[in-house]
Amino acid sequence: MEKKLSTPQYEDSVIRGFALMTVVWGIVGMLVGVFIAAELLWPELNFDIPWITYSRLRPLHTNAVIFAFGGSALFATSYWCVQRTCRAGLFLPWLAKFTFWGWQAVIVSAAITLPLGITQGKEYAELEWPIDVLIAIVWVSYAIVFFGTIAKRTVSHIYVANWFFGAYILAVALLHIVNSAAIPINLFHSYSAYAGATDAMVQWWYGHNAVGFFLTAGFLGMMYYFVPKQAGRPIYSYRLSIVHFWALIAVYMWAGPHHLHYTSLPDWVQSLGMVFSLILLAPSWGGMINGVMTLSGAWHKLREDPILKFLIVSLSFYGMSTFEGPMMSIRTVNALSHYTDWTIGHVHSGALGWVAMISIGSIYALIPKLWGRKEMHSIPAINLHFWLSTIGTVLYIVAMWSAGVMQGLMWRATEADGTLTYSFVESLKATYPFYAVRLAGGLVFFSGMLVMAWNVWRTIAPPQAQAVRITGAEARA
Amino acid sequence: MNHDLIERNVGLMAVLTAVAISFGGLVEIVPLMNQKSATEPAVGLPMRTALEVVGREVYLREGCYNCHSQQVRSLAEEVLRYGPASQAGESAWDHPFQWGSKRTGPDLARVGGRYSEEWHRLHLTNPRDVVPESNMPGYPWLNKAKVESGEAAAMMTALRRVGVPFTDQDIAAADASTVDHTHMEALIAYLQTLKVPQPPVASPAAAETPAADTAQPAAEAAPADATSAEPAAEAKP
Repeated sequence: MEKKLSTPQYEDSVIRGFALMTVVWGIVGMLVGVFIAAELLWPELNFDIPWITYSRLRPLHTNAVIFAFGGSALFATSYWCVQRTCRAGLFLPWLAKFTFWGWQAVIVSAAITLPLGITQGKEYAELEWPIDVLIAIVWVSYAIVFFGTIAKRTVSHIYVANWFFGAYILAVALLHIVNSAAIPINLFHSYSAYAGATDAMVQWWYGHNAVGFFLTAGFLGMMYYFVPKQAGRPIYSYRLSIVHFWALIAVYMWAGPHHLHYTSLPDWVQSLGMVFSLILLAPSWGGMINGVMTLSGAWHKLREDPILKFLIVSLSFYGMSTFEGPMMSIRTVNALSHYTDWTIGHVHSGALGWVAMISIGSIYALIPKLWGRKEMHSIPAINLHFWLSTIGTVLYIVAMWSAGVMQGLMWRATEADGTLTYSFVESLKATYPFYAVRLAGGLVFFSGMLVMAWNVWRTIAPPQAQAVRITGAEARA
Repeated sequence: MNHDLIERNVGLMAVLTAVAISFGGLVEIVPLMNQKSATEPAVGLPMRTALEVVGREVYLREGCYNCHSQQVRSLAEEVLRYGPASQAGESAWDHPFQWGSKRTGPDLARVGGRYSEEWHRLHLTNPRDVVPESNMPGYPWLNKAKVESGEAAAMMTALRRVGVPFTDQDIAAADASTVDHTHMEALIAYLQTLKVPQPPVASPAAAETPAADTAQPAAEAAPADATSAEPAAEAKP
């Protein structure tokens, strides 16, 4: 698909910004994660200072890694992909620039307000209403730029990656606007328009589909561009991509109530949520199969290309966590797993293994192209980063799985006379060693991000001062 | 099926995508908003006092929901540990709900009345003074911060806008019962409300509360339904 015709004028400066901020926010968000993991081991680490206390920083961690790190990666890759596959420059480049600065403003506001305790108190939707309004404005602008670019395409068909990016943009707009409905008290606080069980349902409809669309459909879009590109092979099955796309986006929206099993949410909703969560396994695996099988006949490339390793291993983690998710949505399994660290393990097998690794792989593929370099400064450093990421993820999720199953079993254990075997705090005491392993895993993963930062900096830094400039190649500014 | 048509037409693709993602929410959320058992206040659910409203704000602000649930699931072992299973009507006035998703610490839906106020103060100031193995952070700053004039009234006015039936008198009297109380006192007052709502015992009691309970006429009729959904629950305190 490259350079048959004259190349259109692509708008890449905004992508350079998002690509760099992906690395920066990845480091920030994961550093906060490492710190709060340490706080769970050593609670004195808050030094009695409100804004570095676990309960205020945990929302900052989740918002930073999902919306700042993941969001920047999605903006960068979707803007790159939509231009190349439509053979058209971005629609309204100034609006695209606005999405960059607007999104950074959202992130900075989050980083200030969350530690101050300014929150709506709903998970992954903590940001207060003025920031929510800004998010909505940025998101609508994003949709205009993205769909506008597709509309002015110079090829007849819309490439499959753009179906996924498009669905993610539309769904996130819907989820954000519905779930954030609130009545303000003042500039800094507001109350959810919904109450009790309804609020719970709306929140987990939002929460689960933030996973389904932000963290899955969006990153599948990334996968559908970068895996075939990096492997140099066409997508394995066109038919499979059609079937799993429509099934995935239609079914995901029903799965939310599995976060509320055995609660006072009415049973009929819980049952619906469980059934659709089980069905969801099929379309989820459709994406994994289509990605992994794209490598048919090119498996040897995995040996020498660490970027491809990132992409393919991320798909393996994706397959694993989308198998685990439906299993955990079965009511009887959920009775054991819910409220435990198993959930945290599940989330991170998706967040570290799938979302972070496919983003990292894609950014490594993008950076040299964006700055006109042949390849990344150090290929061995990418390889090192790959192993740090993989080992970090495995340490993290194995620790949390073990801790979660143990907690679930301890909480339900009873003596022959029908009394509970363990007090709550005994389950916490037994968890400390696993929290230590989790911290180690997080540190290993985080150290990989530092390697990445160094490698990216060395790649994009202007060549050494000694080098002779032949042309005025600075035109890119 | 002719997918080719969709792939050539961005408008059609966007519309079909919007249709595909709409059904789940419509089917699961809209009927729920109209299901009385999910939305009506439980029998005997007390209105929060002004101080308790402020306390709930402190609970939200400090992010207690990151480690504590407020939802006893209808499972035997859970009822054994915490108390009767939670009912939807108990959180009918909770904007937002605080059921939580993770228990690094125990569930709090039945914590009200279980510990003294002094215990809570010590525990929230430095949890390890009373529970040596705890990994909960200390919140000593709550002892210093005081509720300011107008704060509680603003919260109650906004809550009334989303449907919590506070009266004008409730709001007018808010300052008198909150100003100069610490955030610690407010939070503890709120924690002490987290328990099974007690249905009014005798008939004369019903006459005492004229305005506040008007929102729930139908609920009175079915007290049995509101108590225990869990058969194994009865035996345990």
